[in-house]
Amino acid sequence: MSHSSTNLFSPVLAIFQSENPGAALLNFVKQLVMPVIGILVFLLIWDIGAKNIHTSLGTFPGPVQVYEQTIGLIDEHQAERQKEQAFYERQEKRNAKKLAKNPDAKVKIRPYTGKPTFFDQIGTSLVTVLAGFVLASLIAIPAGIMIGLNQPLYSALNPLIQLFKPVSPLAWLPLVTMVVSALYVSKDPMFAKSFITSLVTVSLCCLWPTLLNTAVGVSAISKDLQNVSQVLRLSFMTHVIKIVLPSSIPMMFTGLRLSLGIAWMVLIAAEMLAQNPGLGKFVWDEFQNGSSNSLGRIMVAVLVIGLIGFMLDRIMLLIQKKVSWDKTAVLR
Amino acid sequence: MTTTHLELTGVDIEFPTPSGPFKALDNVNLKIKKGEYISLIGHSGCGKSTVLNIVAGLYQATKGGVLLDGKEVNEPGPERAVVFQNHSLLPWLTAYENVELAVNQVFKGKKSKAEMKAWIEHNLELVHMTHAMHKRPDEISGGMKQRVGIARALAMEPKVLLMDEPFGALDALTRAHLQDSLMEIQNELNNTVIMITHDVDEAVLLSDRIVMMTNGPEATVGEILEIDLPRPRNRIELADDPQYNHYRAAVLSFLYEKQRKPEEGGAAKPAKEKKLAQDVQDTPEIAAVSAEETTESADKVKAA
Repeated sequence: MSHSSTNLFSPVLAIFQSENPGAALLNFVKQLVMPVIGILVFLLIWDIGAKNIHTSLGTFPGPVQVYEQTIGLIDEHQAERQKEQAFYERQEKRNAKKLAKNPDAKVKIRPYTGKPTFFDQIGTSLVTVLAGFVLASLIAIPAGIMIGLNQPLYSALNPLIQLFKPVSPLAWLPLVTMVVSALYVSKDPMFAKSFITSLVTVSLCCLWPTLLNTAVGVSAISKDLQNVSQVLRLSFMTHVIKIVLPSSIPMMFTGLRLSLGIAWMVLIAAEMLAQNPGLGKFVWDEFQNGSSNSLGRIMVAVLVIGLIGFMLDRIMLLIQKKVSWDKTAVLR
Repeated sequence: MTTTHLELTGVDIEFPTPSGPFKALDNVNLKIKKGEYISLIGHSGCGKSTVLNIVAGLYQATKGGVLLDGKEVNEPGPERAVVFQNHSLLPWLTAYENVELAVNQVFKGKKSKAEMKAWIEHNLELVHMTHAMHKRPDEISGGMKQRVGIARALAMEPKVLLMDEPFGALDALTRAHLQDSLMEIQNELNNTVIMITHDVDEAVLLSDRIVMMTNGPEATVGEILEIDLPRPRNRIELADDPQYNHYRAAVLSFLYEKQRKPEEGGAAKPAKEKKLAQDVQDTPEIAAVSAEETTESADKVKAA
């Protein structure tokens, strides 16, 4: 049978195919039923615990309230979309009338400026985190390769890396905000300043794991392969592409996955503090709003943040499996 | 054929260590003719690999140097192709792609794409690997990996083929197969070869000359034994050949009598000693004959 635990059906098939159905059934129970029990127990404890916590905004939300708020947020989103559509339709009708009266009239479509919904905020956060992560990777991977190939360079930069690696995003944020305001001046900016601020903060915080892991992976290339490269007189670029990159891919991906996890955590904190659009701002706005629904809505956001973080890591794992040359390696 | 193709002159090498320089080789001199098959044999730690690495250009001699066709060797290059002990194939490339990397490097601009493809396939055919040429190293056996390693080295059309214990990591039967393949290829191509080995039978079977090295540090060439056996050679016929056994005995006597490892050195590397003694005893199984001579040489080992 396949070793991959990602295939949900393999344990079920195993029960029917196996010569020892008892053992296969036990395996199935372990693989699927235990997680379900874990979640159920968690929901139970949450429900009981929540009922006993009374805050100034009412009782702490239990699973049921969170479910209701999720539905509420979806409804709100759909209502907002309908409003938006109606807004554009009105404009088009008005413009059509104008053009009928006077074919030379200048018509304009004004953009809709309604409040971003929960799902809009998720989209903003995802775009920002991916942009920040890509920027960080574009810096960290080449830099990591250079550092890994060059021992003196590594010695020179290591203290700086160790110094900046543990810095919290919240410490960077005021500086980044001021620098972005000072340097990113244009009349018709392609991106909002808040987007640039979030992006730079995310990049600054998440590039370190990729940088260090790539450097370690590169410097750990086996002496034999380096000898092969020397005997073949591979040029620097060929050496990097054919030997350095493939052999450091496992370490590089370890770094990338750590980086993406950090990027996602950093982004939520940065959005919250800097009032940049995104899930962090949603949480902060709800907190400031202080209605009886707020805690439930924040809890929805917490779960969604967790779920997205998990999904991002799974996507990276899929890419890693695709790129990895060592198909026998167990990746999880 | 009498002119010197590859020449090592007064080669010394020192490695810096915290407790001062360590002199591994002292005044190594060797002249090799074109098309000659040379084996380097000696106890572990005697600097055989160091000699090979100097010829390959991976190490620089502290004193003296290497001339190949009158030109000094001071960096690695494909005209001195190396077959490494542990194959050293790139694990992310198939057998074909591993050879292709070398062929692209050596023949870029000299051969057309179609010619290169034919050349890669020809070399894989030489080592009998056409059936698995699109498999990656982790999908083929150790012996097959080493075959691909040899194909990669041959495909560079080297002036000298350097082999660092090419069959050391293989089991006895696979090793015998590969030795036969190598002799077959050598009949056809007549390459100049320097091979490092621990295996006395392998050295006698394959070589034109066996260069026996003294123990390190400050190792040097001890004796050189000409192997004057007609080619093609057949291991089964040779096993019963008095001349062949005479050569074997000469190498064994050099290793175990003249260059017997001192006790403390021997204790550090007991596995290798055992392996060599094992080779002596294993011979009847491989060759199925010549028990007398073998016992004789085995006795010599015991006496020594």
